[in-house]
Amino acid sequence: MTEIKTKGISRRTVLKGAAATVGAAVGSGAITGFPTYWAQASKDITITHIGSIYTTNPTVAEQANKDLGFTIQMQTLDNTTLINRLLTQPETVDVADFGNTSMGYFKNKGILMAIPVKEYKYWDQTVPLFTQGTYADGKPYSMEGYAPIKSQFWADETAQEYSLTPTDYLVGIPVMYNADTLGVRPDLVSHKVTSWKELVSSDFAGKVALQDGVNVGVPDAAVALQAAGLMTYVDKGNMTREEIDKTIDLLIELKRAGQFRSFWTNFDQSVQLMASGEVVLQSMFAPAVTEVRTRGIECQYLPLEEGSRGWYIFQSAMAHLDGGDKLRRDCVMEYMNWTNSGFNGVYFSRQGFYSSVPDLMKAQMDPNDYGYWYEGKAATADIIDPFGKVMEKAGALRDGGSLWDRMGNVGIWNTLMDEDRYLVRRWQDFISA
Amino acid sequence: MSISPRTASWLQASPFALIMVALVMIPLAIIILVSFMDYGFAEIIPELYWGNYLDIFKSQLTLDLYLTVFRHIVIVWTITLLLGFTIAYYLIFHVRSNFWRAIFLMACAIPFWTSGSIRMISWVPLLGREGLVNQALMALGIVDEPISWLLYSEFSVLLVYVNMLTLAMLGPIANSMAKISPAIIQAARDQGATEWQTITQIIIPLIKPGIAVGSIFIITAVMGDGFIVKALSGNQVNTPAGAIMNEINAFMYPPAAAKSVIMLIIVMLIVGTLLRVVDIRKELARN
Repeated sequence: MTEIKTKGISRRTVLKGAAATVGAAVGSGAITGFPTYWAQASKDITITHIGSIYTTNPTVAEQANKDLGFTIQMQTLDNTTLINRLLTQPETVDVADFGNTSMGYFKNKGILMAIPVKEYKYWDQTVPLFTQGTYADGKPYSMEGYAPIKSQFWADETAQEYSLTPTDYLVGIPVMYNADTLGVRPDLVSHKVTSWKELVSSDFAGKVALQDGVNVGVPDAAVALQAAGLMTYVDKGNMTREEIDKTIDLLIELKRAGQFRSFWTNFDQSVQLMASGEVVLQSMFAPAVTEVRTRGIECQYLPLEEGSRGWYIFQSAMAHLDGGDKLRRDCVMEYMNWTNSGFNGVYFSRQGFYSSVPDLMKAQMDPNDYGYWYEGKAATADIIDPFGKVMEKAGALRDGGSLWDRMGNVGIWNTLMDEDRYLVRRWQDFISA
Repeated sequence: MSISPRTASWLQASPFALIMVALVMIPLAIIILVSFMDYGFAEIIPELYWGNYLDIFKSQLTLDLYLTVFRHIVIVWTITLLLGFTIAYYLIFHVRSNFWRAIFLMACAIPFWTSGSIRMISWVPLLGREGLVNQALMALGIVDEPISWLLYSEFSVLLVYVNMLTLAMLGPIANSMAKISPAIIQAARDQGATEWQTITQIIIPLIKPGIAVGSIFIITAVMGDGFIVKALSGNQVNTPAGAIMNEINAFMYPPAAAKSVIMLIIVMLIVGTLLRVVDIRKELARN
C-alpha cells in the first residue's frame, strides 16, 4: 500500500511538472479567466452531476472540488435509473452523462441544454470522431448504429433535433469512447478466432454469451449472423421490421439448439462467465477483459475482420440552466470544461478508456502509461491502474495496438433503433423461447 | 369535551386510510391510466390506446409467460410444502427442547445471512461446468463430462427458489402446528391412532391456515420475481415479471403497466381463492 502511495505522489509530481510546461491548471486550484468576486460568489454553489460507474467516482469529485472552488456532488446511477431521472425530474440535475444507446431519448424533449461550441474550450483539440464524423486520418467511419456524429450537434439553439452537419450547438461534450469486440479464453478455444461469425458457429455451441439487451446484444448478434452468411441487412444498426423478424427467428433457432450459455446483464456477470470457463467466447467490455486477466486467467480481446462495436459517453448540461441562475450556469460550464482538462481524463485513460482530447492527455500522462494505453507501445515498467492494482507487467502490449488501430475499424456503433418498440417486443419472444 | 364513538372510529382509521390512499390507491390508479396510453421513445403519449391490452390477449408471448410462471409455482409450491411440512413436523413434535428448536429454525435462515448478490454469485462455483457438483460427479464416475443444465437453466432457477422460499412455507406451518394442543395429539394416541393417522386426520386439517399463508408467500414471491429468474437462467427464461422489467428498462411504461395490471388481477384472484378456502383471520385470532 505505502509503496503504491509513494508511486502516486511521484507520479503527481511528474504530472505537475508536465502541467506546468503546458500551462494547464491541474491541481493548481486557480480558477482561470474569472475575477475574484466570481470565485467568492460561486463558493456556495453545488452542482449535481449524475453519471455511470465509469464517469462518477469520489477521487475525481474530490479533485474537481479542489480545482474549482465550488462543490460538485456526484451520484452514480445505473443507466435505466439515470435516464428515468432525466426524463422525469431534469430540474434536480445540472450535469449528466450517458452513452449512445440513450441518444434517441432526448430529441424533442427539451431536457438538455444546447451547449454553444464557443463555450467549450477543447473543441478544436477533440478527435474528429466527434467534430467531423471521421477517423483521425480523415476517412469516414461506419454510420451503422448511433454513430457519434449522428447526435453530436443540435440543429439550432432550441435543442429539439440533431444535425448531421456541424452547427454552433453541441448536444454534449464527448468524454470517453472505445471499441468493443469479442473476448476469448485462448486456452479453451479449439482454433483461432478471427471473425464475429464464431459466435453462431456450432464449434462453440453452449460456450458463447452475449450482452442481454437490444442496444448491444442485438447488434453483436446481427454482425455475427451477417458474417456467417445467414443474414443480409441494409443497415443492421437500424433494422427494418422484416430484418428484426428474421434476426429474432434465427436467434430463437440457435437458442433452442443450445448455442448460448448465458446472456449477461452487468460487468461482473461477464467477468464471472469468462473467469469460470462457463463461456469461452463472448461479447465483452474492455475493462472486463482486464479484470479477468488480473485474476491470472488468460483472456484476449480480439481484433476481428468485421471490425468492432464502438461506443461513446457524452456529458451534457440540463436545459433549466439556461433560464435559471446565471452564476450556476457559469459554474456548470466551468465544470464541464474541467472534465476534459486533465485529471479526469488521465484517471479513466489508465483504466483503458479513450479521452476525446488525447493530445491533452499526452501532455499530462506518464510516458509509460500513455505509450501503453494510447500508442500501442510495450510497457517500460509495470502498468498500474488508478486504484493501485498492477494491471500489466513491463513489456506488455495492449490488445489491438494503438488508439487508431483499435478505434480505426468500427463496424457498428451501439444502437437505439427507430423500430426499438418492435425490437423490444420481439426480444421478449426470444427470451421466452 | 367528548367525541362520539363514530367519530372516534373514523379518526382511528384515518391514518392508515391516508397511507393506503397515498401510497397504494393513487399509484395504482396512475398505473391503470398509463396502461391505456400509447408510447414513443421514452415518452408516454396521453391518448386512449388499446394496443397494450390487445397485444397481451392476442399474443403467444402472454401464454408462454404464464405457462412458465405457473409451472414454476406448481413445482416450487410442491417441493417447499413437502420440505416445510416435514421440517416443521420434526421441529414441533420430535424436538423436545425449545433451545434446539430455536437453533434449528435459525439454521433454516442461513441462506439469508448474506447479501442477495453474494448469494446469487455463489451458485456458479457450485453448479457451474467447473463447479463442485460437476467435479464430484466426474470424480465418482457418474458422468463423463460436466452437466450443463445445472446452471443457467430452469433447473437452477427452481433450485434457488426452493432454497430461498422453503422458510416462507416452513414458518407459517410451524406456527400453526405449535398451536395444536398436545392434549388432542395425546387423545388420538390413546384411541390407538398411528402416527400417520394422526398426521392425516388431525394435524393436516388443523394446519390448513398455515399452509394457506405459506402458499400465498410462495405464489406472490414467484409471481413477482424478476431478479432470480434473470440471474439464474442467464436471461434465458422469461416470466411475466421479467417481461415487465424488460419493458421498464426500455422505458416502455404503457405496455409494462398493462402487464402489471393483468398480473395484479391474476394474483388477487389466486390469493382471494385461497382466502375463501381458509379463514386466516380466525386463525390469527386463535392462540
